[in-house]
Amino acid sequence: MKRITTFICCLIVAISGTARAQDPKVVVPGDLKGTRPVLITVSGFGGEVDSVLRFDLFVQGFEFVTADKAQFQLAGSNSGRVEGRLIDPLTKQQILAKAYTGTSLRTQAHALADEIVEAILHMKGIGRTKIAFKCDKGSTSEIYIADFDGHNAEAATADGSIVAAPTWAPGRRALYYTSYKLSNPDIYSQTLASGERHIVARYSGLNTSAAISPDGRHVAMILSRSGSPNVWIADADGANLRQVTKIPEGASSPCWSPDGTTICFSSSSTGRAALYLVSAAGGQPRRLSTIGTPNATEPDWSPDGKTIVFTSQMGDFQICTVPASGGEAAVLAAGEDPSWAPNSRTVVFARRAGGKRILSMLDAPTKRVKELPAISGSCSQPSWSK
Amino acid sequence: MMKRASLFSLLTLAAILSLAVTGCKSPQKPITDIPGGKRPPPVNPGPGGALAIKPGVEPGVGTVPIVVDPSVLANYNQDRETFKNDTVYFDFDRAAVKKSEQSKIETVAGHLKGNRSHMVQIEGHCDERGTEEYNRALGERRALAIREYLVRLGVDADRVHTITYGEDRPAVSGHNDAAWSKNRRGEFVLLTPKN
Repeated sequence: MKRITTFICCLIVAISGTARAQDPKVVVPGDLKGTRPVLITVSGFGGEVDSVLRFDLFVQGFEFVTADKAQFQLAGSNSGRVEGRLIDPLTKQQILAKAYTGTSLRTQAHALADEIVEAILHMKGIGRTKIAFKCDKGSTSEIYIADFDGHNAEAATADGSIVAAPTWAPGRRALYYTSYKLSNPDIYSQTLASGERHIVARYSGLNTSAAISPDGRHVAMILSRSGSPNVWIADADGANLRQVTKIPEGASSPCWSPDGTTICFSSSSTGRAALYLVSAAGGQPRRLSTIGTPNATEPDWSPDGKTIVFTSQMGDFQICTVPASGGEAAVLAAGEDPSWAPNSRTVVFARRAGGKRILSMLDAPTKRVKELPAISGSCSQPSWSK
Repeated sequence: MMKRASLFSLLTLAAILSLAVTGCKSPQKPITDIPGGKRPPPVNPGPGGALAIKPGVEPGVGTVPIVVDPSVLANYNQDRETFKNDTVYFDFDRAAVKKSEQSKIETVAGHLKGNRSHMVQIEGHCDERGTEEYNRALGERRALAIREYLVRLGVDADRVHTITYGEDRPAVSGHNDAAWSKNRRGEFVLLTPKN
């Protein structure tokens, strides 16, 4: 009889899996990709696992409510290992049931959050991605990398110099950043596994704001060697350098379109800072309209190609988004230095408060913000690994 | 006995059906094993806190004739006293040299013309009211604007080195107009040969 019971349990798992594959409406009631958060109730977890689950789900569009208001119920435990069941309270159907072993409870909790996000929002979870950023240490600064939620931070540099503008090489555990280590702002690349680094650009004047093309083969950056700061492109190792923009008033903060054809950057060629697009092959830049948001700087192009996030200065700094084709911009939250997550939904940015900068997360569709509690000190210029 | 057998065949039938619908995919593994993350070893700072930049791997980056190769600065001493009263101040978000500041640059030009072995470094700075990389570029534009004025006064461009610190090194701390106006500046550092 016991054997039959086990068999029935296995069968339930198989059948619920079938229901999910057959009828996606079971797991997607209404417009879950819209501007309203997904309502979920979370029970049974404790301590670190509970807080990881809540952080991960919050920054990907979930709001925590009581069971009677929930669209989804997550129940589970974390004694020894993380186990979780996701249930649709209307149909009482089990959407997923998971248990994890290995590494830490923290990582297991991230893995469970990822599966919940994937099951409900049909997008890849960000629970196991990384961010890089810089932190001030008195008059100097260093580059750090950490889990996306700020935990497990570790220094990538220890030069006692000024660093700036870290960015990831797509698909590789490597960073590009600016360092004043050799008494000039120069661009370095650094492989994280070995610590080995190379000078990518050490030309006369300013070398900064590296951005790596989506295929990893080219670097766009700001060099002033021609007499004013402009956009240049080189091979990823710095070879085959060529100038892309020739704007006397200068340019800053280039980023790539996900198809690698276009660079978006900021320039104040008309007096106030605004966003421009230029072909990576060169040519005439054209203005990207960001209606309602003056002084636009620091663009970052979403991995899905649809949206550009940037900073507008309107009294305070505001994180804003605009369709990649330009038009009406949306003001989302107070802050600066935005960088998209691989999910094209969550944004990491820095917020100024009390004379320091605090790394924070923004869920762009719902405009909800959460600080990264694990990071202390003044940290800014975050870049999300992709 | 009979009842148990029929229940069993019913379950078997259901199992076969569910396998057929899922395309013979094996059911989800109940426990997901997460392999241990390979954390990269921390970067090993070399002697003196310098990271290993291996000789030979640095690409042979060139210099532009009109600007100084930053590497030559190692042959010069830095003197921050001589021109400490000649700091050039700028308007908010502007890199143009104001009339009121021109005489300071003229002082520096006079010194350089009378001391042929000397060079000058111009450090461009910004107040905090700008995003960081925008300010880094703005600080460079300010330094380059001062440099241009020096060149117009007859100083050779290859005797003028520029460096921007953006908003990283304010002269005055504080978050008000008084502090900001002191921080939007270009500072001169006299460079004298070491031997």
